Amino acid sequence: MPLKDFTVPRTARRLLRAEPNLRMFSRLWQINWFFVLLVCCLAGVGYVALYSAGGGRAEAFAQPQLIRFCFGLLMMLGVALASPRVLRMLSVPIYGLSILLLVLVLKMGHVGKGAERWINLGGFQFQPSEFAKIALVLMLSTWFYRIGRDRMGNPLRLIIPALLTLLPVVLVLKEPNLGTATIVGVIGASLFFAAGMRWWQIIILVAPLPFLGPFIYNHLHDYQKARIDTFLHPEHDPLGAGYNILQSRIALGAGGRWGQGYLHGTQGQLSFLPEKQTDFIFTMIGEEWGYVGGVAVIGLLFLILLSSMLIALRCRNRFGRLVGLGIAMDFFLYCVVNLSMVMGVIPVGGVPLPLISYGGSAMLTMMFGFGLLLSSWVHRDDPD
Amino acid sequence: MFTRRALLLLAAQTGVMGTLAHHLYQMQVVHGDELKEQARRNRTSRRQIAPARGEIYDRCGVLLAGNRPNWRALIMTEETTDLQAVVDRFATIVPLDDRDRARIEHDRKHIHRYVPLTLKEFLSWDDVARLGLNAPTLPGVLIDVGTTREYPFKDLLSHIIGYVAPPNETDVQRDGIMALPGMKVGRAGVEQTQESHLRGQPGTVEMEVNAHGRVMGELERVEGQPGARLELTLDSALQTRIRERIGERVASAVVMDCRNGEVMGLVSTPSFDPTLFDGGISRTQWNSLITDQRTPLVDKAVSGLYPPGSTFKPAVALAALKAHAITPSDRFSCPGYYDMGGVRFHCWSRYGHGSINLHQALKYSCDVYFYQVARRCGMEAIHEAAAFLGLDGKLPIELPHMRAGSVPTPEMRRRHGHHWNGGDTVNAGIGQGLVQTTPLALATYVSRLATGRFVQPHLLRSVSGQGIAPVLDPLPFAKEALAAARGGMFAVVNEPQGTAPAARLSLPGVQMAGKTGSAQVRNVPRALRESGHFNSMNLPWQYRPHALFICFAPYDNPRYAVSVVVEHGNAGATEAAPLAAQIMTDTLIRDPASRTSLSRGVVARADGLDD
Repeated sequence: MPLKDFTVPRTARRLLRAEPNLRMFSRLWQINWFFVLLVCCLAGVGYVALYSAGGGRAEAFAQPQLIRFCFGLLMMLGVALASPRVLRMLSVPIYGLSILLLVLVLKMGHVGKGAERWINLGGFQFQPSEFAKIALVLMLSTWFYRIGRDRMGNPLRLIIPALLTLLPVVLVLKEPNLGTATIVGVIGASLFFAAGMRWWQIIILVAPLPFLGPFIYNHLHDYQKARIDTFLHPEHDPLGAGYNILQSRIALGAGGRWGQGYLHGTQGQLSFLPEKQTDFIFTMIGEEWGYVGGVAVIGLLFLILLSSMLIALRCRNRFGRLVGLGIAMDFFLYCVVNLSMVMGVIPVGGVPLPLISYGGSAMLTMMFGFGLLLSSWVHRDDPD
Repeated sequence: MFTRRALLLLAAQTGVMGTLAHHLYQMQVVHGDELKEQARRNRTSRRQIAPARGEIYDRCGVLLAGNRPNWRALIMTEETTDLQAVVDRFATIVPLDDRDRARIEHDRKHIHRYVPLTLKEFLSWDDVARLGLNAPTLPGVLIDVGTTREYPFKDLLSHIIGYVAPPNETDVQRDGIMALPGMKVGRAGVEQTQESHLRGQPGTVEMEVNAHGRVMGELERVEGQPGARLELTLDSALQTRIRERIGERVASAVVMDCRNGEVMGLVSTPSFDPTLFDGGISRTQWNSLITDQRTPLVDKAVSGLYPPGSTFKPAVALAALKAHAITPSDRFSCPGYYDMGGVRFHCWSRYGHGSINLHQALKYSCDVYFYQVARRCGMEAIHEAAAFLGLDGKLPIELPHMRAGSVPTPEMRRRHGHHWNGGDTVNAGIGQGLVQTTPLALATYVSRLATGRFVQPHLLRSVSGQGIAPVLDPLPFAKEALAAARGGMFAVVNEPQGTAPAARLSLPGVQMAGKTGSAQVRNVPRALRESGHFNSMNLPWQYRPHALFICFAPYDNPRYAVSVVVEHGNAGATEAAPLAAQIMTDTLIRDPASRTSLSRGVVARADGLDD
């Protein structure tokens, strides 16, 4: 494999040559610290941006987010040390728990902006749909690991994983959170693809999709239709539903090449940007740091994505590969949906920018996911 | 196979990320400048600021309508968590009545979240100080200063000055400026008719605002043009005296400078307090105003229509003289009644006046004489003369609810589908029946008769210091005709057996000419009148005749004209004439020219009359 040990320096690589049964301490050495560094950099960017979003105060958003990140970091390292065998054993209860939470949130969740998304877990708000993505990755990876590559050709073998994917998708759709449901669906699909689904099967599944478009639109909720209409014609209602898109576009443009300067973005600091600390944090970054800063952040995101994909590629066992790819896909979709939404490329939906946007559940689930990714790195040389 | 597919996905991911980076480049670098301009427009808000409304002064420079700072307490609803609690705490410091609370409740539901809510207006200095002291316990409450219209003379001038009120939706549609906070619209009187002068030009202020419209700082300010300063022809001191003279009577009086038409006094009683409207009027206050039988909201001096009664007789005389229907020396006999077409028209004197000429007819106010004159010269001639004298049609006074007097011709009546009896002409000869006029028109009529010129009544003396020169064309009446009418009016007051000896002035060297009038408000049944026991004083108040008096002075060099209408005052000679004489005396004494011509002692004596 040509992409062998791409991130760790040559000397360290020799030192850390993977052994099948490492003890706890030596396994800690095995963690891909370069990746951890990248994650910390991203969280650092988030801290700086949230400091500005809080109007130049750390207490507003930056401080609580930092505390969450530290907690998430510990969790990530903990998960990274878990052996794949344990993870596979836990995948079913974790999946079950995520479905239970999704059902619970439908029954008794808090309504936010027309969608039931939040559930109160002993004092802190939690979004089960975030957790469902990771749970699905774990579940499908386990399933495909068990049936192996050769049996992927049998369509009957794919019925159960398809149902396992559709169940959270439908539940999230019911919330109704179209954006996250799509992300869950695409993660599932990419795992089917990577696990070795046959091309003819893919073509049969994908071909009818374009004809489903109008049908889906008809079954959308009013607020979702309105969102699409607003996206297509934001100027129709510049102070209402189109406000976010217009103001966000204006803010990014105002940033120009070099930005208006840290803490000096007029759109953000004068509250023209809605939700500037959560979903629209990138707009604020773009306004204050300009194109240069925006591209740097995109570059950092891409670097993390690339590292994740390379970890998946480097992994020698099927389970680790699939988990790594699933997590990389999750991260990628977060970034793309959020960035396109902020730039006005796709309709607005509540998808945060990973590790930068203010918010607990997205941050913790992402860190949990990175933990799984690192676990597959630590056990990259385990045999199938 | 996994590697191939993963690399395929990675390639797709790289492509998507690259596309996004490119899109960002397009937005920030390629189209950056136009969006930057939009952001600038976003953060700055050009706001117009309401100009100060023009002030109104009387002819002596006394303030009649001004602007007073209005301290008010506002609350920023987004800065309070529990609005009701703050309002309750506020009420312990500055009392709020039920109306205030209802208004706060209404505003809370209807006003945009980021627009501050008014808790209480017209705070006293004490209130402001106490609120300042308690500020920490009142989150979101702030003190703000606006202006309110101030009328130092309150009800004395309310009919003339009018009042202002917040603009309604139609005003805002007509002129966007009206939407500015603090703008007021004149709703009556001079405030309404001179709106364009008083309003002024709004200034602009450019401010940095946040997304909620909250002002973060001021960038540029252009002061507006305040409304014009108006000077009225009124004399507020004279106005006060007239009001005192009228007392509790339901009456109106007009004092006019006959040489130029300046209205120096214009009183209508009872009246109302104009500040009620600016601050919002309560339902009970409003109901008591509109149901009052004495109609306090109506300016009787310009919109009260009354039959002129005998005060119309000089006009009939002028009409007949102009039409050459009579000469001043022609005699008509008065047996006390006049029969026409089977109907008997009575003279006020049961015993008649015998054979009399024009001078005597005016002096005695003989009805029968004028019945015959009216028949002889015809309604068209009377209408024409009345129109020249200002009794028919609208007058150019700067008041919105001016009503036109009417002296109709048979032709005009027929055009409106009415019938004309010969008796209507006869009745018109003594200013009854279809003839109607206002006190202002009566004063104009006297002024024109006294000077022989087209005197136009007006209230506006100058706008921003620019005077208004009156245009005075001569009237188309012969000098002799005018002299005959004036002579008759002189006799009414000054000759023995004149109808208004009570109106004789006690000022030496100044003589007044006048004419009494009593206008019936209801027909007297013939049987009652012929029984000889009829006395209108025994009627209930609202059925008694109106008492009228018109006069001008000095007789030899007319300077002032006065008209007085006392509603249901019964007889012009006893009720209106003495009042008019008092008003004329007051006016003459206030005249700076007469102060030098009359001796000091006389002035003192005249002042002594006031007690």
